[in-house]
Amino acid sequence: MARKLPPKDVVIIGLGWTGSILAHELAQEGLEVVAIERGPWRDTATDFSPAFAQDELRYRLRHELFLRPAQMSLTFRNNRDQTALPVRDWGAFMLGNGVGGGGLHWNAETWRFLPTDFTLKSHLVQRYGQKFLPDDMTIQDWGVTYGELEPHYDRFEYLCGTSGQAGNLKGTIQAGGNPFEGPRSRPYPTPAQKQPFAHTLFGKGAADLGYKPFPQPSGNLSQAYTNPLGVEMGRCTYCGFCEWFGCANYSKASPQTTILPALLRQPNFTARTECEATKILLDKSGKRATGVLFVDSSGAEWEQPAELVILAAFQLFNVQLLMLSGIGQRYDPLTGEGQIGRNFSHQTVSAAMAFFDKKKFNFNPFVASGAIGMCIDEFNGDNFDHGPHGFVGGGYMGNVQSNGRPLETMTALPPGTPQWGAKWKEAVRDTYLSTIYAGSGVHGSCYTYKTNYLDFDPTYKDRFGRPLLRMTMDFHDNELKMSAFLTDRYAEIFKAMGAQQVVKKPRKGPYDITQYQTSHLCGGAIMSATPKDGAVNRYLQSWDVPNLFVQGASGFPQNAGYNPTGTVGALAFWSAGAIRSQYLKHPGPLVDA
Amino acid sequence: MRKIAVALIAILALGAGAAHAGSDGQDFTRIEHGRYLATVGDCAGCHDEPGGAHPLAGGMKIETPFGTITASNITPDKDTGIGAWSDDEFVRALTHGIRRDGAHLYPAMPYPYYTKVNRDDLLAIRAYLSTVPPARHEAGGDDLPFPLDKRSAMAAWNKMYFTPGEFRPTAGKSAEWNRGGYLVEGLAHCGACHTPKNLAGADKSGETLQGNPVQGWFAPEVTDASPKGLGAWSAEDIVAYLKTGHNKFTAATGPMGDVVNRSTSKMTDADLHAIATYLKDQPGSGDKQPTAIAASDPAMKTGAAVYADECAACHTAHGTGSPRLFPSLAGSASVQSDDPTSLIRVVLAGTRSVGTKAAPTSPAMPSFGATLDDREAAAVLTYIRNSWGNAAPAVDAAKIHDIRKSLTQHSG
Amino acid sequence: MARPNRRKVLSAMGLALAASPLSARAAVIEGGMPWTPDRTQPPQPVDPKGWRYFTQEEAEAVEALVDRLIPPDPETPGGKDIGCAVFIDRQVAGPYGSAEALYMSGPFHDGTKQQGPQAHDPPALHYRKALAALDKYCRGSFGDKPFAALSDQQKDQIIADLESGKVPLGAKPGSFFKQVLKDTQQGFFADPVYGGNRDMAAWKMIGFPGARYDYTDWVDRHNERYPHPPIGIADHPDWKG
Repeated sequence: MARKLPPKDVVIIGLGWTGSILAHELAQEGLEVVAIERGPWRDTATDFSPAFAQDELRYRLRHELFLRPAQMSLTFRNNRDQTALPVRDWGAFMLGNGVGGGGLHWNAETWRFLPTDFTLKSHLVQRYGQKFLPDDMTIQDWGVTYGELEPHYDRFEYLCGTSGQAGNLKGTIQAGGNPFEGPRSRPYPTPAQKQPFAHTLFGKGAADLGYKPFPQPSGNLSQAYTNPLGVEMGRCTYCGFCEWFGCANYSKASPQTTILPALLRQPNFTARTECEATKILLDKSGKRATGVLFVDSSGAEWEQPAELVILAAFQLFNVQLLMLSGIGQRYDPLTGEGQIGRNFSHQTVSAAMAFFDKKKFNFNPFVASGAIGMCIDEFNGDNFDHGPHGFVGGGYMGNVQSNGRPLETMTALPPGTPQWGAKWKEAVRDTYLSTIYAGSGVHGSCYTYKTNYLDFDPTYKDRFGRPLLRMTMDFHDNELKMSAFLTDRYAEIFKAMGAQQVVKKPRKGPYDITQYQTSHLCGGAIMSATPKDGAVNRYLQSWDVPNLFVQGASGFPQNAGYNPTGTVGALAFWSAGAIRSQYLKHPGPLVDA
Repeated sequence: MRKIAVALIAILALGAGAAHAGSDGQDFTRIEHGRYLATVGDCAGCHDEPGGAHPLAGGMKIETPFGTITASNITPDKDTGIGAWSDDEFVRALTHGIRRDGAHLYPAMPYPYYTKVNRDDLLAIRAYLSTVPPARHEAGGDDLPFPLDKRSAMAAWNKMYFTPGEFRPTAGKSAEWNRGGYLVEGLAHCGACHTPKNLAGADKSGETLQGNPVQGWFAPEVTDASPKGLGAWSAEDIVAYLKTGHNKFTAATGPMGDVVNRSTSKMTDADLHAIATYLKDQPGSGDKQPTAIAASDPAMKTGAAVYADECAACHTAHGTGSPRLFPSLAGSASVQSDDPTSLIRVVLAGTRSVGTKAAPTSPAMPSFGATLDDREAAAVLTYIRNSWGNAAPAVDAAKIHDIRKSLTQHSG
Repeated sequence: MARPNRRKVLSAMGLALAASPLSARAAVIEGGMPWTPDRTQPPQPVDPKGWRYFTQEEAEAVEALVDRLIPPDPETPGGKDIGCAVFIDRQVAGPYGSAEALYMSGPFHDGTKQQGPQAHDPPALHYRKALAALDKYCRGSFGDKPFAALSDQQKDQIIADLESGKVPLGAKPGSFFKQVLKDTQQGFFADPVYGGNRDMAAWKMIGFPGARYDYTDWVDRHNERYPHPPIGIADHPDWKG
């Protein structure tokens, strides 16, 4: 029997980006806020000091900063004919753990989605006709527009100090920026990062082919920055230990470096770490959340009553907790009924390896940052005519090689190189400094299908005896075609740069749970215009339980061809704004069902 | 014009207590003034009950070089606090170090500084203290060796080292300067930490504010001396430091972080400017620039290598740091203090700087105690003390060893 | 005179282990950024002497394997001398070897390649069983000689057969090859603090400067070879003075 804690106004599940943003916004309203975080407290000087942060084995291979599958995992299969098996060790994506969440270990590539990404379905149908879309594709409009989100993108970027070059200022195209981006109200808070040799060369090669290259928007800062909360950040030193790592010198935007110092000063905010939320409690009507059940580090169970519940865990665990709490109807792929678990998506990433003459090219690949890179956006979203190609979607592409860590980069060897022995050793030695291998160089969209979804596994359980989430996921022809086309264009740029040999690595099916792509899992509790089509309304408010707001990428109806964090952050500010300006005045549904 | 205005405000502030003397305990303005002065004097720094259960109820053990003294209960509780004291008894305690029962206080209670505070201000503090919740709490006794355990011994101490008497403004100095002096020498009791002490624990005469070891830290010289003092700082830099805990040179941490958090960050801009004006006018130990150790020195070479690998990613290759985030080592007074205790401590154990409303970041320095051995830590400190225009004596590995040992003992 | 021990006061701020009846057992964080010095420790450098997990015979076999997977050449040591076997021994003796962090609840079934490894045996046990099987195989096929006593040519042939699955060693065909290859390469390139990559020789071989954290001056020095040798977390040759 759970013991009851004194009630709070707001309980937040998860203290990553969205949990921190919501906590800060709602604490500003004077509300008593508590955050329940599954993992430990983490901070720069104590947990990833420059004395030992640069440790590829510890952080990259042994997953120091990540959730241990022993604590919580999921099962996976490609389709309903297979028996799902547990994900015993992480592979295709990484699940952060602890205060800061994914915001601690990310690369900090800080993009906005295209205006048409938010009206995807209606836009594509209008331009190409319904028949152009695959029958089983389940894409939707978001219910919120780019124009509505713009001020919130802006807030997130100014919170993070994002370094970049504007491409579209209030409708005026800016030289050197991304001409395809939606209009932004002001420039990035800090100038773009400097670019190393290989990345610069990519920009030149792309420009030679007639594209408009621009620096990737980066949360690794080009210069010191003070954000609107008065929190200070340093400048990036291009150490090349960014993604999978914590930043040792306060130069990567994270909840710790941008918002927690201000949030933790709020006397009406408390965080409880190493506490795992196990259920959102509902009253008898099932229409009102009364609080959250959680288990502390000693195994004792507690109830935290609250007036407002913010679900701000990682996408998978948002969906899992909704299911475990009996909120909403679970999705059934046979009937297409149900909202929780539908429209699950990930990313369609592909790459190319480019081998250069080592006598002429020395790239020093270790001089890098997580979000460094020169990119082009000609093949993203609907920036090009898909009519001749027979697929929809796209992605940005660029030389975004974020590191020269040997165990990560040594996989880029010329075709025919043996896996071991003297010839392997020679090849590693001779290619390291003169090869480009950006693991997520082509960052493609992943649209949604009836057959890609999340539900409960019938066999495997977590440590509390609750069913694991089951992921049923495969790539569809649309995404594979897109990947092949984009990877061809990508390889052409490497050739234009003067590569001796280019090896294309388009994404191939079936979806493989061991192959790292990105940690950008999306959907499962998506935004929708009506309760029939999703779990949450345009403000991320649960259709079923109006005093519950579900943050993060679980709300994306499908994934665009960009890294999602910029949009996740913008949605968090958007949702918080709606709570502050509307919900707190009139608690109840913000959109009529 | 602005200067005059500031001076006027300072005069008004000085006189503020007088206008309200004799009013009853309900006087909001007076109580507010007293609360502010209690903040300036940082009463809570010693008198809060450890664990925070009862503000100002005493019980904190104060380690002194001579033994442990326990801070008393200064809530208005009649039996265990100061509720039964008369105003005169209260003033006598603060200005003469004599308790209600006639026994002497130990100068851990900084009455040698508070003696400079005028009676009106002291009574305002009293008015404020009368409003805090009375807490019945026996603070506990002291732990001092003979003969110091005899409070009567303090009479002799007072005779030798203590000069009672209110702060007297210096003619020819601005009102702002005098206000600064009143605060620095009086209620803010800066010298309690920053002035060197003699064997009896009293301020060394003629060395006011010239730096002093405190509780395993070194409180650096805070006069206008250069490079050991604040010679390179403008008055605005001092104000920013006291107000926010951070400025372009450095960050407050350790005991000073707490002082900023509890006291100086809550002081008015006028008072902070007054303090800065006064400090900038203290010549202190003067502008003696020792000769920097040559870069070719073996310790300097090792230090440069350690610095490049472990320090430069934050403090930059040129020792310039990043404003309000990573202190500038170049030109830093505390880096060039004769006594490197604070530096050693920060390198070995790490520390978090203070976070304030204006500067919430509270960046932290990692611990390098597990990464650097005594020789390496000594070398890198010698290097930062003698690079980019800095000059200070080399740091000895034996000193690192001693502080490492004391830190291990303390953390147990 | 003196002040209270404020270091302790300050460090206690923000992070407290609450255990009163009405509060959950967990770190409660409030009032400011917590300060928990030395919460995370740097790795302790591996002492290369002796074996923590492998028997002497197993260790000899692993040394022989790693030295053929990454053979020595005139400029760079092979897997054995660079410490890969020591690295693997220390790794399998620890949480990695016992798969402590992984989801290891049953039932165990082999799935598709896309479903990822489903091995029941954690790495330490995998080594124990596979090395025993390898020993048996070598002694059976090569006149009672253990793997370590075979010629380089014979060893290479066996490794090739392990790779192709021709010599299955009881476990899933090819699985031991994958395991030992991955671990060997990790030992070769990981920070020397873990026992492999001695003298940072693997980093020197490719031109990786190791654990450096500041390339500010190098980001716009294009097509220029970085001149400084590598450093490791606990390897700093130029600190010697």
